[in-house]
Amino acid sequence: MTEIVYQSISPSDFFYRNREIAGFSNPSRAVYAAVRELLENSLDACERQRVPPDIFLRLTEVSSSEGDTSTYIMRIEDNGTGLPPDQIPSAFCRVFYGSKYTLQQSRGTFGLGGTITILYGQITTHQPVTITSSTGGDIHEFTMMIDIERNEPMILKHKVLGNKKGWRGTVVHLQMEGDYSRIKSRLLDYLKQTAMVSPYADLTFVDPVGRLFRFERGTDMMPPLPQAVKPHPHGIDVENFRRLVSITKAKSMKEFMTEHFQGVGSKTADNFLKSAEIGNRTRPSSMKPEDIVTLVRAAREFKDFKRPDATCLSPIGEELLEKGIRKELGLTEHDFLKVVSRKPSTYLGFPFIVEAAIATGPSIRKQFKTGTTIIRFANRIPLLFDESSGVVWKVVNKNIHWDTYNVSSDTPMVVVVHVCSTKIPYKTVGKEYMADQPEVEKELTNVIRTSARSLRLFISRSIRIARERRRLDIFAKYLPKIAEFSTKLSDKEILPDIEPLLTAVSRAIPEVEQKIKEVPTIDG
Amino acid sequence: MTDSVINETERRREATETSLKQLGSLIYEQIQNREFPWIMMQSRSSDNINYDDELRQFILGDRTVRRHSRNVRNIRPFTQFLWTAWFARELVRLKKTSTLREVYYSARGQRDIEFTGQTESDYTITDLEVALNTPRESMNIYPKDRGAIFGDLNIEYTFPPAYEGRMKNLTDNPDGAPIGRSLTSSKLVDTTADKVIVIEKDAMFSRFVEEKVHEKHNAILIQTEGIPSRSARMVIRRLNKDMGLPIYIFTDGDPWGLHIAMVIISGSAVAAHLRGLTTPDAKWIGVWGTDVLKYKLPTENLTEQDLKRLKEIKDDPRYVDELWQREIDIFLKMGKKAELEAFSALGLTYIVDEYLPEKLESL
Repeated sequence: MTEIVYQSISPSDFFYRNREIAGFSNPSRAVYAAVRELLENSLDACERQRVPPDIFLRLTEVSSSEGDTSTYIMRIEDNGTGLPPDQIPSAFCRVFYGSKYTLQQSRGTFGLGGTITILYGQITTHQPVTITSSTGGDIHEFTMMIDIERNEPMILKHKVLGNKKGWRGTVVHLQMEGDYSRIKSRLLDYLKQTAMVSPYADLTFVDPVGRLFRFERGTDMMPPLPQAVKPHPHGIDVENFRRLVSITKAKSMKEFMTEHFQGVGSKTADNFLKSAEIGNRTRPSSMKPEDIVTLVRAAREFKDFKRPDATCLSPIGEELLEKGIRKELGLTEHDFLKVVSRKPSTYLGFPFIVEAAIATGPSIRKQFKTGTTIIRFANRIPLLFDESSGVVWKVVNKNIHWDTYNVSSDTPMVVVVHVCSTKIPYKTVGKEYMADQPEVEKELTNVIRTSARSLRLFISRSIRIARERRRLDIFAKYLPKIAEFSTKLSDKEILPDIEPLLTAVSRAIPEVEQKIKEVPTIDG
Repeated sequence: MTDSVINETERRREATETSLKQLGSLIYEQIQNREFPWIMMQSRSSDNINYDDELRQFILGDRTVRRHSRNVRNIRPFTQFLWTAWFARELVRLKKTSTLREVYYSARGQRDIEFTGQTESDYTITDLEVALNTPRESMNIYPKDRGAIFGDLNIEYTFPPAYEGRMKNLTDNPDGAPIGRSLTSSKLVDTTADKVIVIEKDAMFSRFVEEKVHEKHNAILIQTEGIPSRSARMVIRRLNKDMGLPIYIFTDGDPWGLHIAMVIISGSAVAAHLRGLTTPDAKWIGVWGTDVLKYKLPTENLTEQDLKRLKEIKDDPRYVDELWQREIDIFLKMGKKAELEAFSALGLTYIVDEYLPEKLESL
């Protein structure tokens, strides 16, 4: 007879046991996930500070252990907001503690990116992490470990350093086990794509064998900071609703609705509560659980709420995205690039914006040979895995009929897609690909179609200009021969002048060339 | 006489050279006038080929086409056309001849001019014939030699230069003299013969030589190896027009034999742009359907293709005469055909000893 033991575990313990959920499934993916989590934290910190990020990342091999697995020091430095000293231990060494639990677009939303990395480092090397940070004043340096069972930081050392130069930012220094060699190319793709989507960032990476990779800043322009907003009634679930009810200071349900939700005015609140058959004077504290369920369901059905507010979103914008793509794909004036940002849209009460770009031309042919290369971003995070399972792949390969746009199977093409939302419709906890949420799929199809329409013009004009050139080549080849043989045949001494005829046939070329450069001005 | 022969040849040569040179000047002027070069010529499409009752041959109608260099599709053929004209002029100037195949290969040596096949170069040469109204033979371009001639005929060579003025009697070679470019361009000097017998097959031609038909019937013998080449047709015409000899044609008794005879008499549609290739007074004397019945020749059944062809030529304007219509009807009615060799069933020399004298007698 076995005795079943029931026990609760701390969040740290949970992630210790289920680290693959956060992407730390094997030594090579662990390196990738660690870089991704720390780098994204740094980028977010800089953007909040409104300074163009300067980020330095270094992986140093300490010792190699079994097989391909080695121990690395990972060090990342940023020039972001920095953290106040009293926040540092919890921010880095307690799971589910962070500044990202509001309705506002940010890169990570587990709130454990940094912590899980530190946790992973600790369990694979049993070494502490060192966090150095300043918000402009003194520099605080913490050496810490996580008490996994209690989900609490253990401070081993705390030093306060002077800060004469007024440095602001954060440095994370930790040790972890991993396998760099297997993930190298993905990691470089990741950095390149991050640079593409954040052209205002300057990234430096030194890999374990000392190679330096620089992704230079292309502009100082940064996208506007997203605003924190109240939830939209369509996007709320029962649990969140219950929590709001329990903390609200509102005296009536009408006040509660207008106070805690966006897009609900007093008239809308009246109408909505009427449709849900809840009195508008009902006290929130008297709401029973079944009332809450009724209300949440009614909210889904109710059509008269204002559209979700999109100011909480931070699209990259056509201008910045174009800069980033040009920079990282090395496009020249002979290449085609069309970037389109759509207006905000919503699914299940969550606002989202899709942006897409199509690039083709000689530079693309050089790098990617033929066929379509998809580059995906969700809230500015590059998505590198499980491409063919995601909605973007489906849209590009199934929904769009490329031959309508004069694209043949050997046309080299890069399709860049960015979806930003307060809640990206990820299909799995691994957050590597997006589900085919109908509204999102429709917007993606529309945005790619819009840029493809410009592409069609570019391609047909390219075809036309190639044809014009071939035409001119043919005349340039045969007219001199006609001149030569007519001279010989008629016993003349001097060749007749064919220049006027050549000028006549080449007249069409500059006109078409001019048009080809005008293409991207077509409106989305 | 020799002088006048040379002068005649020289005159033709000069005329050809002049028209080629004029073509060059025309195009040269067009370029100088900032015009994309072009030339007009009669259309050779089938709806522009008509039968002329008076000339008794096909001729081209009034519709013209323009060959020009104004667009990408046409500039290459136009350049090839001009190159061919230049090549022909060089042949004439240097007193050299060339075959159709040689023209095709000469162009292969020219970058961007080369033809994709001999069909293309042959077509271009035909264009040149139409544009200049000059047969290619005058431009020293000949097809492959085909056919032979035998009999007491004296000729005088005008070509190649090394043979100029040399005389030859055409009984010298019992296999017959090949109807090549030298023979075609020679002067026909004199003959004791009073008729010409044209035979479609070399086997029967050899039989005729062997049995001394040329002596017994005082005839010049020609074999055409099937459809007669343009050279052979020109020689036959000259024997008829210039030397006043009647022409008698023997072919197989089937639609293809009829066609061979008719090509000699009235020419073909593809040569509608040329004159001087037909012999309207030549006579087809066998093998008729009537002969098949009369001599009870061994026969073969007409194939479906034969029947189709017979029905076609029954409506062909060249075959309107009573004789043709009568014989076509007999073949159609019999459903049979007979080759020249069918007479062998009656004895190897029957055709020469019995049939031929009877036929000639009956005319």
